[in-house]
Amino acid sequence: MELSNQSITALRQQLISGEISSADIIDSLANAIDTKDAEIGAYLSHDLDAAIQDAKTADLTLPLGGIPIAIKDNINVKGQPCACASRFLEGAYTSPYDATVIGKLRAAGAILYGRTNMDEFAMGSTTENSALANTVNPHDITRVPGGSSGGSAAAVASHSAIAALGSDTGGSIRQPASYCGVVGLKPSYGRVSRYGLVAFASSLDQIGPITQNVEDSALLLNVISGGDSADSTSLDQAQVDFTESLNDGVAGMKLGLPKEYFGDGIDPAVRDKVNESIKKLEAAGAEIVEISLPHTEYAVATYYIIAPAEASSNLSRFDGVRYGNRVEDPKEIIDLYRRSREQGFGPEVKRRIILGTYVLSSGYYDAYYNKAQKVRSLIKQDFANAYKKVDAILSPVTPNVAPKIGADKDNPLQQYLADIFTISANLAGICGISVPCGTITSNSGSELPVGLQILGPHMGEQAILKVAKSVEDLV
Amino acid sequence: MAIRSASAMSSDRTEQIDVRYVANLARIELSDEECTMFQKQLGAIIGYIDTLKDVNLDTVDTENLNAVEDNQLREDISIRSLDQDDLLRNAPESAKGQIRVPKVVDA
Repeated sequence: MELSNQSITALRQQLISGEISSADIIDSLANAIDTKDAEIGAYLSHDLDAAIQDAKTADLTLPLGGIPIAIKDNINVKGQPCACASRFLEGAYTSPYDATVIGKLRAAGAILYGRTNMDEFAMGSTTENSALANTVNPHDITRVPGGSSGGSAAAVASHSAIAALGSDTGGSIRQPASYCGVVGLKPSYGRVSRYGLVAFASSLDQIGPITQNVEDSALLLNVISGGDSADSTSLDQAQVDFTESLNDGVAGMKLGLPKEYFGDGIDPAVRDKVNESIKKLEAAGAEIVEISLPHTEYAVATYYIIAPAEASSNLSRFDGVRYGNRVEDPKEIIDLYRRSREQGFGPEVKRRIILGTYVLSSGYYDAYYNKAQKVRSLIKQDFANAYKKVDAILSPVTPNVAPKIGADKDNPLQQYLADIFTISANLAGICGISVPCGTITSNSGSELPVGLQILGPHMGEQAILKVAKSVEDLV
Repeated sequence: MAIRSASAMSSDRTEQIDVRYVANLARIELSDEECTMFQKQLGAIIGYIDTLKDVNLDTVDTENLNAVEDNQLREDISIRSLDQDDLLRNAPESAKGQIRVPKVVDA
């Protein structure tokens, strides 16, 4: 079996026993990227020559010693480009520092060799908003990989990456993982430092792993989690080995099904696949409990006020002054800002900045932003009430399988509405994981993956990883 | 719960947002085509987010609204920051250890 097709755990065993070297893994990866990535388009850039050099000096005694990890293009890796798939930063920015998660990966022996495509500034759910490259779904190249971490998910799914990091502001790890048939984990808010992640919506963003299996997800979470003095919203936490309780099984666990997540508007074939895996969990000894998250219907509206509001503020730093591409011959400083931003940002980024500026503007602030913050607290309370009754919550990740390329191109609202099952976790600050639970055969005969979402309470990653591992073993 | 279809939503709110005015606040120049497109799309989006009007907020405790729990501040001591040369390398224009911009204040 090709080395690039194997999990971190499998490769680590062979590295430690001396059967293979880290350079063998890089060679296999280089070959996989060479043969597949022209079609899939998961990467924006990579440097495999440098990776081979790193492989030769890798300390194999470390937890990720000699393992290459792909990185989403919005996480700073010192000496590499970090463009957030935007024209604004393309060719004009080299990271002068490592994000905290990158420092942790390096300290664990990982090799950082390549950057994956994404929706520009992580705004989107198809990766079609990338200004720099097109990425397609490895299971059906006429379909999108999902987004915004579509490059990371497509790289892992096509075995042109062993594992990857993504970021999740409203589902941007879990949704592409679901569409591509891989495992995507959004940690609890505060679990992982955001320092060095280019901010989209600071109260919602989290970095997390996209992997071939649940054990790799737990392994990567072990490495990247932890409090950080450079991110005041990261939490000091006891060092936990997330792999330890993975095989404890679901017997005796109470798993909630929110009635609001199983109604109209879901592709019946998706609902059937999700229900099949729920039945298997029940047969394995879990108690399935119907619950209610009564404010679910307001989650999309709440999110599309808060996220653009924060984005409009965060993206004001892209003004053509300190970094990025500046317009030619600016007449004066305001002209420099206005035209640099016109040239640098794509339509979705402009749309969200304008929407965010509008909801924060004088006279509308109370009606939109303040109100959304209040509804957000009700959504958070819904989950707090639910976790008094259950250990974790089960749901679909998305209402549909991966859509065709270009399907909702001119209808952003329709795209936003498909985020319904993932955005509440970000609003509530809880953790969630997407794990493959089967495939649906499309009209053209392709097998399209379906994901099961497991949502856990804040800092409840051990519980959701355990359920996800059971799903992986049972399905 | 029904997932609403965007096409079923009323679009009578397109006049609510003056896209060019707001884009100016956000310091983004827009072409006429973009302005027309955003006017329609943002009108529909704002029509949708207006559904929050229906939520009963009587029970919401506004005192501690989404206060960032346990915001962990580091000790207030000076630490070494990033290297000036590294930072200036990313600037579109720089001179004498500083970033260059067009003249901002008239003499």
